[in-house]
Amino acid sequence: MNATLRDTPLRAVHERLGATMTDFAGWLMPLRYAGETAEHDAVRTSAALFDLSHMGEIAVTGPDAGAALDYAVCGWPSGLPVGGARYTMLCAPDGGIIDDLIVYRQADERFLVVANAVNTAVVLGELRQRSASFSAAVVADETLSTGLISIQGPDGARRLSAVTDLPVADMRYYTGSYGSVADCPAWVARTGYTGEDGFEIFCAAADCERIWAALAVDGLPAAGLAARDTLRLEAGMPLYGNELGLAVTPYEAGLGRVVRLDKPGDFVGRAALAARAAAGPQRVLVGLVVQSRRVPRHGYPVLSGTVVVGEVTSGGPSPSLGAPIAMAYVAADAAAGPFSIDVRGRAEPASVTELPFYDRRKRR
Amino acid sequence: MSVPAELKYTAEHEWVSIEDEKATIGITDFAAQALGDVVYVSLPTVGTTVAAGDACGEVESYKSVNELYSPVSGEVTEVNEELNDDPALINAEPYALGWIFKVRLAAAEQDPAGLLSAAEYEALTAAAN
Repeated sequence: MNATLRDTPLRAVHERLGATMTDFAGWLMPLRYAGETAEHDAVRTSAALFDLSHMGEIAVTGPDAGAALDYAVCGWPSGLPVGGARYTMLCAPDGGIIDDLIVYRQADERFLVVANAVNTAVVLGELRQRSASFSAAVVADETLSTGLISIQGPDGARRLSAVTDLPVADMRYYTGSYGSVADCPAWVARTGYTGEDGFEIFCAAADCERIWAALAVDGLPAAGLAARDTLRLEAGMPLYGNELGLAVTPYEAGLGRVVRLDKPGDFVGRAALAARAAAGPQRVLVGLVVQSRRVPRHGYPVLSGTVVVGEVTSGGPSPSLGAPIAMAYVAADAAAGPFSIDVRGRAEPASVTELPFYDRRKRR
Repeated sequence: MSVPAELKYTAEHEWVSIEDEKATIGITDFAAQALGDVVYVSLPTVGTTVAAGDACGEVESYKSVNELYSPVSGEVTEVNEELNDDPALINAEPYALGWIFKVRLAAAEQDPAGLLSAAEYEALTAAAN
């Protein structure tokens, strides 16, 4: 075991539950508990608990916090009302994606930026550097002092209601509020990464076990990173390192809407992103459903006839669809298909489908 | 983790049960737990001849795909079609309902060499942990 791996505040809980643990971005994380299919199905049909304490939490505070973030990211955080949440991206000067982020406006002069664990240090460094010229903005890494527990699934609101003073059932999607959970102070947001209704609970690391125990009652299962991955894949949500990275701009990823070219003032990447927006993408992200049961995986070639026209970025079994699914970048001029995926030497026909693969509002 | 004493094993985490000239083959509890839920098994083809060590199928889980090797030489006589409907039988009952295929041993292979005893296999998996 790698001695430098970090434990989340819930390590002992995962061990008691018999989790299979894995090294993820330098953290020892639960990969699965009882089994991926049951965990996935629990989120789609009832609810499950996730430990996401590996995620990076970076606070940007002070009178210039909004202006500093407006310059640092491609979205428009200063336009958020207090209690608002927004999905945004930190881009390089050439428009490449350094990380995708959730920004919460927790108070007039306090924003919480949530980064992917693998990128926390990079995001922290970029935010510090990009806010250096804003004298009244302070960037602070709160990752290690913050725990993050998520309850995801249609039954999440009812279960969370039982242990919080917040009217969570009435909260709007992509909003957050300070309150208490299991009598511990917390920031509770109606956000998630599963394509299902759900909540994320940011709390003191020391309070994680208490909050987890209060929620993990009446048979509520825990779900690991493997289920989180199939859930977000079905929901068509991109993952840094797969769909997103330095060689990709938000436009290729189909997320041009997060780039707020209409906001006032300069921001890092503006010129390059404006040029990309005007030129149109060279490749596009598509959703593919495989007709055989062999599972396409990250890096597999996408074929049009015998010609390679793209590459799978994420692939896996889809418990909700009952077939293997994949997201892939393909050349824009070949995006109409038909496609097959080279699954270890055999071309498996795959049909293009509109993303997301699974939409809870259209569930059958 | 269960390692039945009456079975033989391979370092590639297959188990073999030999009765008369027929071998039944599956993957071990250790392998099933390491893979997580099995989502698809590409079964060998009935009637084909396999040699010990040959890749003859695939076992896919959420996070990985692993080749299935034949631990013995002979002709594939039967495959577990139930796995097409419920591949996770391999997780639930790796040594019973989760069997994968059967081989009629070749005449010269009635007592296959190179297989591990339960104790040897347990030592190997203990070292892997």
